[in-house]
Amino acid sequence: MDGFPILSLLTFLPVLGMVIILFLKKEQEKEIKYTALIVTGLQVILAAILLGNYDYSMAGINDVNSFQFVEKFRWIEVTGLSWLGTLKVDYFMGVDGISVPMVLLTAIVSFIATISSWKIPKALKGYFALFLLLDTGMMGVFVSLDFFLFYVFWELMLLPMYFLIGIWGGPRKEYAAIKFFLYTLVGSVFMLLVMIGLYFSATETLADGTQAFTFNLLALMNQANYTATGILSPYNPENWRFVAYIALFVGFAIKVPMFPFHTWLPDAHVEAPTPISVILAGVLLKMGTYGLLRISYPIFPDVTRELMWGIALFGMINIVYGAFVALAQKDFKKLIAYSSVSHMGYVLLGMASLSSAGINGAVFQMFNHGTITAMLFLIVGVLYDRTHTRGLNDFGGLAATLPRYTGFVTVAFFAAIGLPSMSGFISEALVFVGAFGVETTRTLAMISTLGILLGAAYMLWTLQRVFFGKLNEKWADITDLDTRELIMFIPLTIIIIFLGVYPSFMLDIMSTSVNSLVEIVTTSFSNITVSGL
Amino acid sequence: MSDATLVFISLVILFLPLAGFTIVIHLGKKFPKLYLFEVGLQLVVLLLTIVVAVVKLATPESVIISEFHWFSLGDVPLVGNMVVDLGIKIDNITVLMMIVVNLISFLVHLFSVEYMKGDKRYTRYFAYLGIFTFSMLGIVLTHNLLMMYIFWELVGLSSYLLIGFWFEKDSAADAGKKAFLVNRVGDIGMFLGILILFTQYHTFTFDTIYAQIAAGNLPFESTAWLTAAGILIFMGAVGKSAQFPLHVWLPDAMEGPTPVSALIHAATMVAAGVYLSVRIFAMLTADAMLVIAIFGAFTSFVAATIALTQNDIKKVLAYSTVSQLGYMVMSVGIGAYAFAFFHLVTHAFFKACLFLGSGSVINSMHHEQDIRNMGGLRKKMPITYLAFLISTLAISGIPLTSGFLSKDGLLAGSIAFGSLTGHWLIPIIGFTVAAMTAFYMFRLVIITFHGKPRNQDKYDHAHESPRVMTLPLIILSALSIFIWYTPNPIAAADGWFLQDWVKTPASVVPQEVRFDFMKTDAAHETNAEEPGNEIVHSEMYTEAMHHAHYPAMFLSLALGGLGILFAFMLYQWKKIDPDKLAEKLKPLYKFSLNKWYVDELYHATVIAGTLAWSGLLSWFDGNVIDGIVNGTATVTRFFSRISNWFDTFVVDGIVNLSALISGFVGLTLRRLQTGKVQSYILFVVFSVLIIVLIFQPF
Repeated sequence: MDGFPILSLLTFLPVLGMVIILFLKKEQEKEIKYTALIVTGLQVILAAILLGNYDYSMAGINDVNSFQFVEKFRWIEVTGLSWLGTLKVDYFMGVDGISVPMVLLTAIVSFIATISSWKIPKALKGYFALFLLLDTGMMGVFVSLDFFLFYVFWELMLLPMYFLIGIWGGPRKEYAAIKFFLYTLVGSVFMLLVMIGLYFSATETLADGTQAFTFNLLALMNQANYTATGILSPYNPENWRFVAYIALFVGFAIKVPMFPFHTWLPDAHVEAPTPISVILAGVLLKMGTYGLLRISYPIFPDVTRELMWGIALFGMINIVYGAFVALAQKDFKKLIAYSSVSHMGYVLLGMASLSSAGINGAVFQMFNHGTITAMLFLIVGVLYDRTHTRGLNDFGGLAATLPRYTGFVTVAFFAAIGLPSMSGFISEALVFVGAFGVETTRTLAMISTLGILLGAAYMLWTLQRVFFGKLNEKWADITDLDTRELIMFIPLTIIIIFLGVYPSFMLDIMSTSVNSLVEIVTTSFSNITVSGL
Repeated sequence: MSDATLVFISLVILFLPLAGFTIVIHLGKKFPKLYLFEVGLQLVVLLLTIVVAVVKLATPESVIISEFHWFSLGDVPLVGNMVVDLGIKIDNITVLMMIVVNLISFLVHLFSVEYMKGDKRYTRYFAYLGIFTFSMLGIVLTHNLLMMYIFWELVGLSSYLLIGFWFEKDSAADAGKKAFLVNRVGDIGMFLGILILFTQYHTFTFDTIYAQIAAGNLPFESTAWLTAAGILIFMGAVGKSAQFPLHVWLPDAMEGPTPVSALIHAATMVAAGVYLSVRIFAMLTADAMLVIAIFGAFTSFVAATIALTQNDIKKVLAYSTVSQLGYMVMSVGIGAYAFAFFHLVTHAFFKACLFLGSGSVINSMHHEQDIRNMGGLRKKMPITYLAFLISTLAISGIPLTSGFLSKDGLLAGSIAFGSLTGHWLIPIIGFTVAAMTAFYMFRLVIITFHGKPRNQDKYDHAHESPRVMTLPLIILSALSIFIWYTPNPIAAADGWFLQDWVKTPASVVPQEVRFDFMKTDAAHETNAEEPGNEIVHSEMYTEAMHHAHYPAMFLSLALGGLGILFAFMLYQWKKIDPDKLAEKLKPLYKFSLNKWYVDELYHATVIAGTLAWSGLLSWFDGNVIDGIVNGTATVTRFFSRISNWFDTFVVDGIVNLSALISGFVGLTLRRLQTGKVQSYILFVVFSVLIIVLIFQPF
């Protein structure tokens, strides 16, 4: 695999697909759809090849030599700027055990979402062009190792998402789209400020021996690279690291979404077309927690250690609060949206423990939530396609007429409940093992177990309202799943059960990197004190 | 047979039912005859189980363990390699439990062939029986807490599917959901208990944990946490074994098909809680045991009082199950370990028989469950009646039955416990419950089978069930006779069951947190000379147990007889009018009939509270949190409008104003531009003069 730019290919293949689609005529709907399908299918194959060649024993995190499939060259370079010296940005990509699961997830979910997009009613050409651009943005975020590049992809994903919700969405699509856009943009602004602050606080030695400020994430993780006076330098006694951490955290937390920044999510989900909901919940939310693990944790380990209780607190609030609010929903899609809030709380709780079990659980939960919640949104979509309603009280007794569909629903619901033998159980259990095992987060972990009960309550109640009881005669002749829909559900079901029975498949990918991250975040930047405001 | 073969066969036993489920659920629609495959598979499983049991019980001292790494978290900083193992442990308890599960499972499969005939999801029903059997066997075979928890939840799933099998009925769907949720409450406790142990020992394996505790390594260095871990794990049992206050799901679970009630909600799944308590017995401190004993005793009492007045045949049996499970749990709590497990086994058989008997009655009465519409069925259904009667004698603790042996043992244990610790309330409750049990069970038998038919129409159509249904009844009632367990019909302790197979494991908790009668040093003096004799109880306990044996036997016989006599007085001979009695004791009667109002209480508090709270939070989310977001947008728009106004009228106004002024000035000054050189010169001269005057350079 040496020298083969697999990460660039993974990232920019969709752009290629987009270009092809733009050259096609509007009426060539079939060609457009198949282009998208082939591109996302190839992406899955590439991701599988990447996994096949991935060395599980290499840690990554802050060491460029143990990152894999690295691509690095100078992207932007301006020399001879008076006090600045050289301004440079690297095109720097690479993967480790934390990004590989996300790459796999992005590829799989995008592929399934493409199949789910088959019946998009209008403007197919524009839809798939934007869809593929979105794909590139997501993939890019997960493989970037340069803050600037990361930021570019982060922003890149925003634009197509805005249009995908705003044009192909439901009745309140404009409101939802702009809310999503502005909310995320606020987060981006915070991120941008921190990025610039970091840039002016650390330097990297260039090939010619000179020092230059840097966006290189790995360089920023090394305490030795910081200047004496940089605003975010630990050596500066009046540094702003604490404030910067909070700002960056908010930027990522909006994406997670973390209470109280979560209200864009239900609106975006309810209005977005099914495949976009699938992408949104399946992949986009993970970018927030991924950002925390990739950037906040190793660059600000000092502040992270100070704030672990706080992060766990918000994780707990997400879990319990999200579950309570989900319980009150009467709209199927909104309920699933709030269940996402609750389930992403487990990721935060696990991360907050700064323990191996907790962070392994968190990363694993990111993957599992991606697959499980994708399935849940597909389930809502299938029903909505047939009935054009999502009211939980509008149904009843569907199990009698739709046995196949009900079977998949049962699998997905119990996966969301965290039933053992399905993937969600392992990740949630690890999160609890991690969070309970650390004294700081123990009490919060105990309170969070309430989420296990409430999760079962709203899921089973939904199952009952929609599928059990007397059949609502209005829906007596809706049809069971067709082949296309089966093709969406079967792979997800297999993944969910396979990882529940054989979790090593995923844990072995990530554990080396996670242990290294734990080591870094618990020990580095420790000989300096945090001074905030 | 080597250990490896035994392990292999056990794994085959474990996974065959899963294979049955997978095949039948996927192909059942195309091949409806596959139910026969599932029944056949269960027969194979049963035969294999018998092989394993015979081989294993031939060497009662041996324990076979087989484990593998399930997953690893790699080289964890500060901890080292963190590996999670799964595995199975085959000891006497395991194989005995396997026999109970697989035998009853097979008989229920058989019974269901006829009972469920004509159901539109007939094959799927058998698939569900398969996944239940798989889940239950997982609990039985596990050698660690994690696998216990995994299969624990899977049992919850299968129970959910089977209770809600007739999901078109709202009551069935409700009951399935209730069962799962109530069980989850207990499971959370169990999960926390497991977390405490894992945090300390980094393993889920029972034996490793016990070895650590025995070596003095306590969770968070404190006996309080050890007690907490014991009680929390026991909470799982409170859920599954339907102990107060989580017993409410079991009576509702009767919405499921009756054979399911026999298998899951009488014999096996609900016994899993007791099985768990038995498995963690070694790590229970005195405080934890006392809590368990109190839970068990109280549950057995509450359920027995409710069973006195119920009119639904299955509800009576359900509450009787709760009550008997309370007995078993109490028995664990008072240290009568062997009798807890013994009663689990005997109860499994006679209660399965009672449920299948009730199924036989319900089937022949065209799904009538109210005993007030029955009566006189003795003549129509002699085999069912006889089987039902034998099981009733067993549950009432009448000599020559298995129930007499196990019940007598645990009641003697409760007397011994009372005399040694002063907790006399526990034996008092135990004996009261014994009397009530005999009463309500005979009430059930008399009203259902004796006397005159109350609903002639239904009676006329009633008939004895076909052979596939009566055969299980005959087998199960036969197993309710003493001879399978001991040659001596009045003392179980002499039999092979307790003498050879079921031995109380030695406690591993520190001496100072044990009951006095379980302390090692006291026991050591008397028992040490007998090698191989596990030192569990002190001499004083053995003695107390010995002294308690006959009093317990006579007292329980007398009380049981009294209960039966009372039942005959009321319902057979009609010496006392039960309605008048109910009228006299109206508040008590109502209290019992309405099941202590526990469901009503939960609805009014927990459920209503949760729903109200969730509604409130949802409102808060939509109006306050999102209100702030939208408010920010509104405020921003307001400021943007002000800015717009400012921009239009102030900023741009200034611009326009200045333009206006410039224009005006220009217009005014334009007049000066006359084009005449003379006037320009005049201006220049005047200007120079003014400058000179102002600056006075000279």
